[in-house]
Amino acid sequence: MYEIVRKEILNPQVKLLEIEAPYVAKKAEPGQFIILRVHDEGERIPLTIADYDRIKGTVTIIFQEVGATTRLLGSLEAGDKLSDFCGPLGVPSHFDGVKKAAVIGGGLGTAIAYPQAKKLHGLGVEVDVITGFRNKDLIILEKEMAQVSSRLIVTTDDGSNGTKGFVSDILKKLIEEGNQYDVVIAIGPPIMMKVVCDVTRPYGIKTIVSLNPVMIDGTGMCGGCRVTVGGKTKFACVDGPDFDGHEVDFAELMRRLTMYRDDEKATLERHECRLGGVGNA
Amino acid sequence: MPNMSPKKVRIPEQDPLVRNKNFEEVSLGYTEEMAKEEAQRCLNCKHKPCISGCPVNVKIPEFIMLIAVGEFEKAYDKIRETNSLPAVCGRVCPQETQCEEKCVRGIKGEPVGIGRLERFAADWYLKNVVRKSQKTERNGKKVAVVGSGPAGLTCAGDLAKMGYDVTIFEAFHTAGGVLVYGIPEFRLPKALVRQEIEVLKDLGVEIRTNMVIGKVLTIDEIFQEGYEAVFIGSGAGLPAFMRIPGENLNGVYSANEFLTRINLMKAYRSDADTPVKRGKNVAVVGGGNVAMDAARSAKRLGADNVYIIYRRSEAEMPARLEEVHHAKEEGIIFKLLTNPTQILGDDKGWVTGIECVEMTLGEPDASGRRRPVQKPGSEHIVDVDTVIIAIGTSPNPLIRSTTPDLETNQWGCINANEETGQTSKEGVFAGGDAVTGAATVILAMGAGKKAAKAIDEYIKSKA
Repeated sequence: MYEIVRKEILNPQVKLLEIEAPYVAKKAEPGQFIILRVHDEGERIPLTIADYDRIKGTVTIIFQEVGATTRLLGSLEAGDKLSDFCGPLGVPSHFDGVKKAAVIGGGLGTAIAYPQAKKLHGLGVEVDVITGFRNKDLIILEKEMAQVSSRLIVTTDDGSNGTKGFVSDILKKLIEEGNQYDVVIAIGPPIMMKVVCDVTRPYGIKTIVSLNPVMIDGTGMCGGCRVTVGGKTKFACVDGPDFDGHEVDFAELMRRLTMYRDDEKATLERHECRLGGVGNA
Repeated sequence: MPNMSPKKVRIPEQDPLVRNKNFEEVSLGYTEEMAKEEAQRCLNCKHKPCISGCPVNVKIPEFIMLIAVGEFEKAYDKIRETNSLPAVCGRVCPQETQCEEKCVRGIKGEPVGIGRLERFAADWYLKNVVRKSQKTERNGKKVAVVGSGPAGLTCAGDLAKMGYDVTIFEAFHTAGGVLVYGIPEFRLPKALVRQEIEVLKDLGVEIRTNMVIGKVLTIDEIFQEGYEAVFIGSGAGLPAFMRIPGENLNGVYSANEFLTRINLMKAYRSDADTPVKRGKNVAVVGGGNVAMDAARSAKRLGADNVYIIYRRSEAEMPARLEEVHHAKEEGIIFKLLTNPTQILGDDKGWVTGIECVEMTLGEPDASGRRRPVQKPGSEHIVDVDTVIIAIGTSPNPLIRSTTPDLETNQWGCINANEETGQTSKEGVFAGGDAVTGAATVILAMGAGKKAAKAIDEYIKSKA
């Protein structure tokens, strides 16, 4: 069992849990993920590692409550325990030779982009961070990102925080202003990552994206997470989750992500019924 | 006086048209009376040819004689002397090519139902005997086992009996390997696997789940934790795909994924959180036991038509005869000498069909089986909404890629001595599918057993 030592509510749907998992914490690197089960009958869900503390032996995850399992996970409190917490999985991100980087987080993707920005910053790289949210109430990790970046631009779709626009537009502006990035790291919804790749492609800037397809084991066993990169089938769990964004078939990725949409809705409804029943008792 | 009936006592089974709608076990097992009657067919012959056919050398005539006289607990103990997983082996071993193939009674009639009797003894024990700790005296030496499938469990059990402190590292959240994620409930109930693993824990074996070796710890780091030897029994978990167009469409599964969702994650139950697509028309590509398992599972999930698509003829099928027979009884449609060329999809990316060509058999190939050759102009489309690829698996690269001094062959299998399991790395032994590529449960168990003996000798030689 893996104990939750800290919980933070970052916005109404996005929560942070710091979990005691010394073996995972010892090895975790930015770009890697874990697979957890909340309880003994639960499903396995992959979540990217948002932070780790090797001394305390803890790993932090940040997630949005979108389905039955994340909803349940969000209802847990410090002191509660998870039945399984497996990792670190996937290939760590590599930043060799990078002097200046743009790190882009779209919505919840900001949580995954954070450890990458932190690592780059720690390596002495000049890091520009651009994060984007639908509105100002959904902004997360603003303070944390400010600490690990040379420049932080937080933008909202509706302009409610004073800066309006999509992350891709801001990036384009920065590039046009003459900022020369060795690498762009873009993490967020697939459509956002695709648009960022479209922006960087004409400039030939290496663009790394982090993919989050459907997955069961996370060790290369099921192949459910297969994605097409550079015309070849890859398993996101063992070959990724980081890939060269200019090579990724985003249309296929987005299509495959819908595979269980109806089932996920049904499961969520079933769970809501159950939780509702408990509440009424 | 032995029972001279030329036929095995019939084993009761669920009716095919009932069982193809549920996930309960196909075979219901012998009653005490049936078991005694079948046991009396054994001649208890002096040269015991059956034992030589068993990779873990179960003392077959001895346990059968105990069943014949109603000493069921002793029969179980007799099997357990050499076999850590009797309830599993009684169900999934290919007895027809092993112990039973050598049985003298098989010369003029059917051999003794050794598998059925083994299963009976195990089931009787698990049902009637209260388990107790069987810890032997500890020798204070630690051995690590990577993987809790048949090879790892056997190796761990044998080492624990010798007094070693054995820790099994399992990547999944549950122990059992292919016994829990691969083989379906209707062939091997998971409650039984769990019970057999509990018996191993009674011996003092510790199981640490969620430990993906190669990621959370490397083999070298395991040694740093004080283990004196490591046995790698990590199986062959990497699924092969066909590399034909359309393989990444929605509705295409590897058999590993399809079966893991159903078996390990219980997606067949209506209250499970893990989903699985319940296809109406399903194509399973391949002709092995895994293909049969996937096809029969798809049928049980409610499919109208399930096709086995296999490029050779029935004679070349690697699946056990019994599995092919059961699949046919349950209504699986066999499209033999048929090879897929592409998977077709609709504009939303969901599978709508599989295009195939017919094959004829040409000259024998390297495997000794006749090579299938495409029949010109035989392209045709089978309408399906789900495709399951069951054409084989190979060992996962996670361990070999993080253990540079561990030699592997061109297929990614670990090079290990056949008699001892010794690898190119000192103190590291390996066995099962990680060494041979996908094979049977019992061969993996045999390898685990030999490695346990070799590990004991290795550690003693160091002292």
